[in-house]
Amino acid sequence: MGFYTSFYTYGLPTFIVLVIALYLLLSGSGEAFNVGRFLEETSPYVFASTGIGLCIGLSVLGAGWGIFVTGSSILGGGVRAPRIRTKNLISIIFCEVVAIYGVIIGIVYSAKISPIPDTQLYTPENYFTGFALFWGGLTVGICNLLCGVSVGITGSTAALADAADPQLFVKILIVEVFGSIMGLFGLIVGLLMTSKAPDFRGVSNTAAPVSSPFVY
Amino acid sequence: MIDESDDGPGYALPNAGQKGAGISCLSEVRDAEPLAGVPDVTAANSTLTCPSSSLHFASFRSFGMEALFFNASGGFLEGIVRGYKAGLLTQGQYNNLTQCETIEDFRTQLSATDYGNFLANESLPISTSTINECALQIMVDQFNFIKSNAVEPLSTFLDYITYAYMIDNLILLITGLIHNRDIKELIYRCHPLGLFDTMAALGAGNTPDEIYRNCLVETPLAPYFRDCMSSKDIDESNIEIIRNSLYKAYLLDFHTYIQTSLSGPTAHIMSNILSFEADRRAINITINSFGTGLSKDRRAKLYPQIGRLFPAGNNMLARAEDVEGVKAACEGVSEYKQFFDASGSASHHHQTNNTNNSSSTANLLSNGGGDDSGIVADDLEDRFFLYEVHLNKQAFLSQFQYAVFYAYFKLKEQEIRSITWIAECIAQDAKERIHDFIPTF
Repeated sequence: MGFYTSFYTYGLPTFIVLVIALYLLLSGSGEAFNVGRFLEETSPYVFASTGIGLCIGLSVLGAGWGIFVTGSSILGGGVRAPRIRTKNLISIIFCEVVAIYGVIIGIVYSAKISPIPDTQLYTPENYFTGFALFWGGLTVGICNLLCGVSVGITGSTAALADAADPQLFVKILIVEVFGSIMGLFGLIVGLLMTSKAPDFRGVSNTAAPVSSPFVY
Repeated sequence: MIDESDDGPGYALPNAGQKGAGISCLSEVRDAEPLAGVPDVTAANSTLTCPSSSLHFASFRSFGMEALFFNASGGFLEGIVRGYKAGLLTQGQYNNLTQCETIEDFRTQLSATDYGNFLANESLPISTSTINECALQIMVDQFNFIKSNAVEPLSTFLDYITYAYMIDNLILLITGLIHNRDIKELIYRCHPLGLFDTMAALGAGNTPDEIYRNCLVETPLAPYFRDCMSSKDIDESNIEIIRNSLYKAYLLDFHTYIQTSLSGPTAHIMSNILSFEADRRAINITINSFGTGLSKDRRAKLYPQIGRLFPAGNNMLARAEDVEGVKAACEGVSEYKQFFDASGSASHHHQTNNTNNSSSTANLLSNGGGDDSGIVADDLEDRFFLYEVHLNKQAFLSQFQYAVFYAYFKLKEQEIRSITWIAECIAQDAKERIHDFIPTF
C-alpha cells in the first residue's frame, strides 16, 4: 500500500469532514450540526425500522460469512476425506443458528410497530420504543455478525483438523460451541433491552402532544 | 503483523541500492583484515532500515484478518492440498517399503498407500526410473489440478513455484547442448512442471544474448537472465554461475512478491522457507567453489541478499577459504550451526531415526559426532534436506495461508526422492544403505 492509497483511504475523508465542519463553524451556522435536534426530529419509526433491518441484516451477514468460510473448507477437505462431510454439517448448522437468532429478534421487534397518526406519534414512550429497537437491533446484529464469523473460522479449522485426524473433531467442536453461545448472549440482551419498551401507541386525549419544539 | 515488522533485516525487501551496498560492503571486507567484519555488518544493517517502513504499510493491510477473506478464494484448494498432505507416506509405510525384497513387493506395498495402482500398467521388470517418472506424474497431475482451479493470488504463487523448475530445465538444456545432445531427447528429460513453449528454440543460440532473444524473452525467466548477459560465451565453467545467478534473482523476486503481495502469515512462513533456501544455496556455492577457479569476488555476487546469514554470515562466507570458514560463518544461526556439529554421523542418525520412530527432525539435527571434512558435503546435503522437510512441515501448522501449497509440493518431491532411493537400494540389493532416505512424516 503506497503513500497515495493510504492518503485517499484515511487522509482525504478526514480532510473533507474538517473542511465542512470549519465552514459551518466559521460561517456562523455551527448550530446546523445539532444532534439533539436530529434525534427529536427523526420519526421513531425510522429508528425502529432501522434497528430491525440492522438486526436481521447483520445477523445474516455473519451467518453467511461463517457458512462460506466453513463450507469451502468442508468441500476442499471432503475431497480426500469424504467421511468429514456429514459430521461437519454441524458447523454449518451453528452458523445458520446465528441467522435464526436475528430472525427471532426481528419478529419480536416488528410486533411492537403499529401504525399511528403522525400527530400522535411524538410521545416520550414512542421515542423510547424507537431508540430501544434501534440499539437493541444493533446489539443483536453486531453480536451475531461476530459470532457467525467466529463459528465459521473455527468450523473451517474443525473440518480440516477432522480430515487430518478424526480424534480432533470433538475437541475443536467444543471451541465452536462456546463461540456459538456468544450469539445467544446477544439475543438475550437484545430481548431485555426492549422488554420495558411498550408497543407504539397514540395518545388518548385529542390534544396533540408537542413534546419537542423541533417537531412541526 | 507484529512479527513482520519486528523481524527487521531478515525480511527486508531487496532493492537496487541495497544490493549494491551489500556487494561493495563484501569487497571492502575482503580487502581489509578479517577482524574488520564487525563495522561492515553494522553498515549493511543500517542500509536495511529504510525498506522496513514500506513493510509497515504492507502489514497494515492484513491486520491478521486473513481468516475472514482467505477462504473466498483459497479455502477449497487449501482443503484439497491438506487432503493430499494426509496421503504422504508415513514412517510406518516407509518401514514397510524398506522391508521389501523385490521391486514386485515394493509395488504391492505402494499400492496400499495413496499412490494406489500407479505402476499397474507398467510391464515387468519395472526400472527405478519408471517408478520415479510415474510418481512424478502423480505430483504433476496434482499440481495441474490445483493450478487449474486456482485464482489470484494463488495462481501467481503457483507460477512462482514452477519458475524454479524452469531454471533447472534451462540449465539442463544448455548443458546438454554444449555436449551436442539432441534437443528432443533433452526436453523429454526435463521436469514436467518447468516446461515452457520456446524450449525447442534454445538450440539456435550459443551466447547468452542469443539464448535470451530466441528462447527466454517471452518467458518469466527473462528478467532473471539479465544478470547473466555479461558473459561472452557459455561453456562448462560458467554454466553453474548462470544457474546460481538465475536462482538468486528468482529467490529475490519470489521473496519480494511474497512480502509485497501476500503479507500476513503466508509472508512469514514463506520467508522462513525462502531464507533457508537462500542460505543453503550460499553455503553450497561456497563449499563447491573450493578448489575451483571461481574468484571470491564473483562468488560473493552469487549469494542471495535474503536469508538468515545475510548480511553478516554472507560476509564471512565470502571470505571463507575452507569448510572451517563456512562453519564459522554459520555460527551465528543456531540451527545452521548444528549442520556442521553433527557432520559425519548422518548415516548413523538416519538409522536411529528409523528405529526410534521419532517424528521430530529438530531432535535429529542435534546428534553429536566427529567432523570429517571429506564427506562433509554429502552429509550436509542430507541435513539440509532434513531441515527443509522440517520447515515445510511447519507450514502446515498455520491455516489460511498459501505456504501450504509450496510446502506440500516440496514434501512430495522429497517423498519421490525417498521412494526412488528405496527402490534403487532394493534393485541393487544394497540393503545397508536403504535407510539413508529423508523421511517426511
